[in-house]
Amino acid sequence: MPEQLLFAMEVTLNGLMAGVLYALVALGFVLIFKASGIFNFAQGMLVVFAAMTLVGVQTGQIPFAHLINTIFGTKIHHFGWTVPTILAIIVAGAAMVFVAWIIEKYILQHLIGQPDIILFMATIGMWYFMHGFAPLMWGSEVMKLDVGLAQGINETIDTTTYNWFGYGFFIDNLDIVAAIVAALLVTALVLFSQYTKQGRALRAVADDHSAALSVGISLRFIWVLVWSIAGFVALVAGIMWGSKSGVQISLAEVALKALPVLMLGGFTSIPGAIIGGLIIGVGEQLFEFAIGPLVGGATQAWFAYVLALVFLIFRPQGLFGEKIIERV
Amino acid sequence: MTFKRVAAASVAALMVASPVMADLVFPSLSYRTGPFAAGGIPYADGFADYMTLLNERDGGIGGVAVSTPECETAYNTEKGVECYEATKGEGALAYNPLSTGITYQLIPKATADDIPLYTPGYGRTSAANGNVFSHVFNFPANYWNGASAAINHVLDLNGGDLKGKKIVLLHFNGAYGKEPIPTLTKLGEKHGYDLTTIPIDYPGQEQKAQWLQIRREKPDYVLFWGWGVMNQVAIQEAANIRYPMDQFIGVWWSGAEHDVKPAGEKATGYKAMTFHGVGSDYPVFGDLQKYVVDAGKAAGDGSNVGTVIYNRGVYAAMMLAEAAKNAQEIHGVKDITSAQMRDGLEQLEITNARMAELGMEGFGPEFKVSCANHGGPGAIAIQQWDGAAGKWSLITDFSGSDMDVIQPLIDADSAAYAAENKIDPQCN
Repeated sequence: MPEQLLFAMEVTLNGLMAGVLYALVALGFVLIFKASGIFNFAQGMLVVFAAMTLVGVQTGQIPFAHLINTIFGTKIHHFGWTVPTILAIIVAGAAMVFVAWIIEKYILQHLIGQPDIILFMATIGMWYFMHGFAPLMWGSEVMKLDVGLAQGINETIDTTTYNWFGYGFFIDNLDIVAAIVAALLVTALVLFSQYTKQGRALRAVADDHSAALSVGISLRFIWVLVWSIAGFVALVAGIMWGSKSGVQISLAEVALKALPVLMLGGFTSIPGAIIGGLIIGVGEQLFEFAIGPLVGGATQAWFAYVLALVFLIFRPQGLFGEKIIERV
Repeated sequence: MTFKRVAAASVAALMVASPVMADLVFPSLSYRTGPFAAGGIPYADGFADYMTLLNERDGGIGGVAVSTPECETAYNTEKGVECYEATKGEGALAYNPLSTGITYQLIPKATADDIPLYTPGYGRTSAANGNVFSHVFNFPANYWNGASAAINHVLDLNGGDLKGKKIVLLHFNGAYGKEPIPTLTKLGEKHGYDLTTIPIDYPGQEQKAQWLQIRREKPDYVLFWGWGVMNQVAIQEAANIRYPMDQFIGVWWSGAEHDVKPAGEKATGYKAMTFHGVGSDYPVFGDLQKYVVDAGKAAGDGSNVGTVIYNRGVYAAMMLAEAAKNAQEIHGVKDITSAQMRDGLEQLEITNARMAELGMEGFGPEFKVSCANHGGPGAIAIQQWDGAAGKWSLITDFSGSDMDVIQPLIDADSAAYAAENKIDPQCN
């Protein structure tokens, strides 16, 4: 088999894996947009806050230690214990539920009935607030995230492909884990929305807020629920991305990768987020492989947006989004 | 009544006799927030702590207290310029903008305001030509020195022969990351290696394509110009593809503890260039601990003392303090102006004896600044990470770079700047 074809196959596989990671971030956007029509600008910061909380709890870090030390002249940093990973994930998940409750109680509740743009602006405010609050709580250092996920080349794939083609493919173990987790997450979300009472209520709110209210569904409860789920999805995304780079404030930038995925897959479709992520992932990696060297490289940053733009021209609602029909 | 008059006259006489000393002001354009805060915090802490040490231990510089008012830039160029405008009226003697972008904006402003800029290891490389850049000082090393030092190190490892070797420059896709390309290209022509440049766009959280390319091309060495999250991801990806870490060499902005720790022990062997010492095994750090950290006067919580970026802040502060002392001696005044501070920088001489007096023997090279040479010796050492011990070690001495290649590049770039801005040479 020609060498370039083998390389292209390896790049495609890695693109699929990268796409799964993009999709994990995009899922959080979709959940909130679907249930409330809000484009949550702060989703990237939810990823950061969730991951920071996980590491902080796991390593026994004292929240707001820097602030406490500055005010009281103390020198406290750690409780002196570490917390098992599973327990730390549960605590971080609970923290995200608390954040969802705070957001609903102190922001969204006061904005019911306001135009979408007002809600969008509120999420921009949330982004800025959390951008300061998260480092204030957990510090600005790069936090090493270790939840026991394997990283590095998958030996089985490397050996098998070498035996087949004479060239071993590189696939990161972490990416394989991310793909499995994403599959489980999407399955769980679909089952939840199809077969549970709360899931059906969530879909009802997504279809029509007023109609849902008229049959006794609590809009406030649904909002807390959906922001909690988005918070949990953010935690999962934070674990995957944080394992690669350490947890730091710039993790919020992964949200930039989710935007073209959303444009392509549609803002209201969970499968759309996954398919969109895969298309973007494969597209940008293949483009960089084939065209990148001819145009100076580093094409990933803009290629995803150009691809999304092309889709927007022909299908503004995205591949799986609902067609918007407005009657005058 | 008479007693009151005498007392008042005495106080007045004292006030006239002893001139009122204003602080020596070195504004700190820091970034403790934003995506690069992990690097900005220890630098700002090291800078402030060294000046605090001078105040607490020595009573300031020449008996005049030092102040370092901080202004938060978040590594944002516009905010950096705002910080400069907001603080220059406080009697600023010099600026260390801590950002190449901010430096580029401040070069014409600071020159017009007669305030020197000190940009060690960053900023405009050709500012090393003091003949054109009268108010910019970037000693002891710049990016082109770094590129040459990396190649010198690789030459040493290969018995002085790089013919046919493949070297990749993995770099941030911006002005900073592209800085070494001309030098590496010229050095490639001289030494016969094959250079491939692979850019990474900001922020650099996804580098799969770049590392797959490196895996395919199997370069002998990868040189790296990154910053922020780009560093941690690159080192992790290098470990993932099992690239030999001792053939992966970063510039000094890609060689801090927080860059290697997320990859754990797999980062062992990674190398980085440095223009100052590593660790806290120098007497000055004992003083910093005693007079600043233990006294509760540290800018941070003291946990960064001895880390790479903290040390860089200490080193920068030491240079400015020595230049201020030099200016006081040159002009015979304690309360110096920014113009006099510029003279102090331009006539600065750092000797090994003076470094020993400062408790920093071996922390950096000795050198002398001159009117024409604002860039210093370009002497750089290589540090290597030991993941098990969790620390960096210097594995080479400080040694110079290939000025036969670098000087013509500096001259050409600064000449273009001089022509564009109609600058006459300042040195005769």
